[in-house]
Amino acid sequence: MAVTATRNGAPAARTRRRISLTPYLFLLPHMLFFAVFVFYPLFRGLWISFQNYDFLRPEQAQFIGLDNYAALFRAGSTKFNEFWNAMKVTVQFVLLSVPFLVLIPLGLALLLNTRVKGANAFRAIYFAPWVLSAAVISLIWWWIFQSQGGLLNYYLKEIGLPTPRWLSTMPYAMWTIVIATVWWTMGYNMIILLAALQEIPPELYEAAAIDGAGRWSVFRSITMPMLRPVMIFILTMTIIASFNLLAQPMMMTRGDPRLSTGGGATQPVMYRIFDEGFVRPFQGSAAAMSFIVAAIMIGFSYANNLILRRRGEG
Amino acid sequence: MTTTTATVQEPRFLSYRARKILTRVLIYSLMALVAIIIIIPIIWMFSTSLKLKSQLFSREIHWIPQVITLDNYTRILSNPSTPIGRWFVNTLIVSTITTALVLVVDALAAYAYARLEFPGRRVLFTMLLATLFLPGVMFLVPNFVTVAQLGMLNKFSGVIIPALAGVFGVYFMRQFYETIPKELEEAAYIDGAGTFQTFLQVVLPLTKGALATLAVITFLASWNDFLWALLVLKDRAVQTLQPGLRTLQGAYTSEYGLMMAGAVIVAVPVLLVYVFLQRYVVQSVATSGLKG
Repeated sequence: MAVTATRNGAPAARTRRRISLTPYLFLLPHMLFFAVFVFYPLFRGLWISFQNYDFLRPEQAQFIGLDNYAALFRAGSTKFNEFWNAMKVTVQFVLLSVPFLVLIPLGLALLLNTRVKGANAFRAIYFAPWVLSAAVISLIWWWIFQSQGGLLNYYLKEIGLPTPRWLSTMPYAMWTIVIATVWWTMGYNMIILLAALQEIPPELYEAAAIDGAGRWSVFRSITMPMLRPVMIFILTMTIIASFNLLAQPMMMTRGDPRLSTGGGATQPVMYRIFDEGFVRPFQGSAAAMSFIVAAIMIGFSYANNLILRRRGEG
Repeated sequence: MTTTTATVQEPRFLSYRARKILTRVLIYSLMALVAIIIIIPIIWMFSTSLKLKSQLFSREIHWIPQVITLDNYTRILSNPSTPIGRWFVNTLIVSTITTALVLVVDALAAYAYARLEFPGRRVLFTMLLATLFLPGVMFLVPNFVTVAQLGMLNKFSGVIIPALAGVFGVYFMRQFYETIPKELEEAAYIDGAGTFQTFLQVVLPLTKGALATLAVITFLASWNDFLWALLVLKDRAVQTLQPGLRTLQGAYTSEYGLMMAGAVIVAVPVLLVYVFLQRYVVQSVATSGLKG
């Protein structure tokens, strides 16, 4: 993400003024909260991850070095199984949902970009689910996927298709979470893609029309290359957002079905961290897990930056 | 662009006009199909919330309930073990205060970063931007510990205060200040106005649109917050709506009508915000993508 400041210098008239306290007073409220809840926790979190820490008994906290991390890499232990299973579930979720979360929005944005009458109303409808909360959409889809009285199985039965127990058997349980999430957030990516499509200079299309290029070749040689940076941005953002998956499995499947090796077949990594640090009393271990997950997420952001920058130079 | 001849050689079964109409029909049917898929679950939520339990598991599905009842609403509103009315008020208080404070804190800080000259400005702002890309998960445990030690568990301040540390609003407002011509402020300084007075009387009125956008996003985020509210506000009396829905889900068995009534109560305010302030919501998303 190119967040370079466009203007660095202050106006000449202002630089002559004496350095005063006023700017700091403007900053003070935000700096105070920022220091306590963004800056300080970076170090505190790391410190807690080196401890055997239970927030109910902070006085009994013990420094244990890298043990919390080591436990997550000790093959065969329950902690290892549960954590890496959660990572696997997260990756599965990413692989199943991200293609839909990029391709469906792309298709919708292209449709809306034809600027037929009423396109704005359709855009408003497609984006609407995004304003609902994770809890609301989870509850709605949980009801739709129910075996007893559920909407989906009712219609599947009507047309003579099998009616699986969606929420409690694999692979269906994973699909319920994917479907609910795609329905919920595809409008967000669509809006970003649509804005990017509308930024493409019309001259490019006019030139192609003069050349007599067909629809497909216009799409391949103009639209796609122009969209590339935004597509990479969306891909990265969607993958990162997928790591935060929590409410849907919590309210729809409870992370089930359980696995004999530890963990649940739909328990992603955020759910694991929640369990470890806020259901069980292992905050040190939960902090260690969150640093590992954060490192992976930052890695994705960084890769995204590299790709975009290389393109900018080339 | 080497495909100049490809389209011309296609045999044409339909006239240009007919093809154009056909494409249009195709586009509309596709768009309508997606719209239906999007709307169905929302309609189903409303429909279910108006049904008696006995109607939920009938052999046939009725989109419009045979008997329309508000029974579900009166029942959850009167049940003291799931005080959804209380939760609604709690959420409204938390979201409103958070939004108001975020606007004040972020507008002030962003102005300093955009316009005021002081030692350390660039270092501080770079640091702020760097944290913008740090995943929220890193802050979960340490901030929870901090909130607990400050005695803010089960208090609204425990969700409001950490929300004020956010960097997005500062970044967002600063971008906007950069687009305002400096001449206006310089004129105010020449007239003898102080920094704060200039900010308040000259700059702020020009940023109403940006402030409205920030207010809408902050309110929605605060209203919809699930995880942090779940962790910090545990007692039923201080809970907010989102974790409240989870409590509701656990409190009843197969009472889908009741749960959908709960979902409606949580969803309607944000849907209203969306219907009336759609421009601001959509704008904020569209611009957030373009910086990529």
